[in-house]
Amino acid sequence: MTPAATTFHVPHQVAHRRTTSEPVFVRRALIGVALIFLSLFLFLPLVFVFTQAFAKGIGFYFETLRDPNAWSAIKLTLLAAIISVPLNCVFGVCAAWAIAKFDFRGKNILLTLIDLPFSVSPVIAGLIYVLVFGAQGWLGLYLNADNPHFPWLQNWLNDHNIKIIFAVPGIVLATIFVTFPFVARELIPLMQAQGRSEEEAARVLGASGWQTFWRVTLPNIKWGLIYGVILCNARAMGEFGAVSVVSGKIRGQTNTIPLHIEALYDDYNFTGAFAVASLLAFLALITLGVKTWVEHQQAKQEISK
Amino acid sequence: MKTFMNLVLLAAISVSASAAEVKLLNVSYDPTREFYTEYNAAFAKYWQAKTGDSVNVSQSHGGSGKQAQAVINGLDADVVTLALAYDIDAIAQQSHLLPANWQTRLPNNSTPYTSTIVFLVRKGNPKGIKDWDDVVKKSVSVVVPNPKTSGGARWAYLAAYAYALEKNNHDDAAARTFITKLYKNVPVLDSGARGSTVTFAKNGIGDVLLAWENEAHLALKEFGADNFEIVTPSLSILAEPPVAVVDKNAKRHHTTEVANEYLKYLYSDAAQEIAAKNFYRPRNEAVAAKYAANFTQLKLVTLDSEFGSWANAQKTHFADGGVFDQIYQSQ
Repeated sequence: MTPAATTFHVPHQVAHRRTTSEPVFVRRALIGVALIFLSLFLFLPLVFVFTQAFAKGIGFYFETLRDPNAWSAIKLTLLAAIISVPLNCVFGVCAAWAIAKFDFRGKNILLTLIDLPFSVSPVIAGLIYVLVFGAQGWLGLYLNADNPHFPWLQNWLNDHNIKIIFAVPGIVLATIFVTFPFVARELIPLMQAQGRSEEEAARVLGASGWQTFWRVTLPNIKWGLIYGVILCNARAMGEFGAVSVVSGKIRGQTNTIPLHIEALYDDYNFTGAFAVASLLAFLALITLGVKTWVEHQQAKQEISK
Repeated sequence: MKTFMNLVLLAAISVSASAAEVKLLNVSYDPTREFYTEYNAAFAKYWQAKTGDSVNVSQSHGGSGKQAQAVINGLDADVVTLALAYDIDAIAQQSHLLPANWQTRLPNNSTPYTSTIVFLVRKGNPKGIKDWDDVVKKSVSVVVPNPKTSGGARWAYLAAYAYALEKNNHDDAAARTFITKLYKNVPVLDSGARGSTVTFAKNGIGDVLLAWENEAHLALKEFGADNFEIVTPSLSILAEPPVAVVDKNAKRHHTTEVANEYLKYLYSDAAQEIAAKNFYRPRNEAVAAKYAANFTQLKLVTLDSEFGSWANAQKTHFADGGVFDQIYQSQ
């Protein structure tokens, strides 16, 4: 017994000493390098965004944001986020629930599909929608067909000028596509780690499926869900590539905040571009703050268990 | 005739039924942002005085080829004002939204203003760039957009090619060697003219920018004449950026009449003045004479005389596997 205890004890002590007994200058140098790196590549650019945004004074700043085209871009971005985030939320919970709590055929295929938007370049994502819904894609060709199967549908869509691509629906679709995995990816590992014993207990005690979900599963995944929603929202508002392909860049109509920033920059209105960019930077700061708070809450929940 | 009557009827209905505000979408190429912003305001005033309706023209800008592709794919343009005729031909051919003879519908091949390709260099012209021969020198870094997506880039390519042809007694092989050398000097191909100007002027890349004349003048205005100067080569190309109503879209939006008038008004004295002030060469001779100081005289060859037609130039030079692909891939 004694030798075994000693062999167990020694490596533990060595490991303990190694992590804390580095010379002071090494520790300080490492911290210094990390701090310099962070300030050069994260903090300075952020400061630069805000100083550029206010370069022509606070009056110019608010004038830029009050411009009808900027205002329309802000509204469109909010609309895209308000539609895509709840949809992704519902989808993410359903997918994570199915994957973590049940065994079924094709589970791995579903997992791969959820990851698809992460691996596909956003530009390709946009082009897919152009190919499907564009005037030369299958829906577009149908709308322009000489002998459509459902003439009333063609007439109705054309009369009401309902468009998918180069219009708001296309932008929402592209946003949903690129933000697809955020909630699900956040919840799946969490729900898998929690296992299904609590749900099984609830069922045994007579709870219905809905009761189990609302009273057992949802409270358990609450913080993970909020975390996923925050990331999803940040991406939805900041997305450039996919949206740029399907937008058509009509000023005041189909420009989102990132596209409006590009347009202003290309108009040689650099201060204006940074003024609008500061909105996104501000959003990033809020996201960061809420994220830290959620992580804190999550940790508290873990401890209390 | 019947379709014409239908159009008139539709236009009449649309006018009588129209509310106070008419909406138009002008899908244009990259450097026209400032010009059309000013022109749209002038046209809105004119239209309001004429009909009592207010008209709100939306703008979309990007590389000319890219914009044409977007219209083909369903971007709902009432009018297109692109960098070159081939891009509007492509819309007519691939989507049948307007007739193939669209270019005969307005005066001057439907091009109310022209331009050309000039050089923008850094102040003092440190590399001593005077003409096309200096642009292909090994030590010179050239900024120009991608001819696959940008109209200005295609004009720039053809201007250089035309110069090489003139200089070498129309020897095609020599011209190819010349153009190969030119694109060896290009470190970055932006998708549109405006992107290239920003790359050159704001990001400080390159020794010379091959630019639309209007774009070069605007860059002087925006970034300061003390930072850049314009060099006019001995020979360049007469660039004709055409305009057209996208008939089927306009018909569906009931905007045929206002869309046609929008383009016709580009030929008015007032509009020609706005064009000249934005450094486009006006077609109207009186206005051209008034603003002659803005435009350096130089030998301008036409596309038709050097390359036959746009269809021809496109097929030989810019189509997949064409000369541009061969010389740019072989680097």
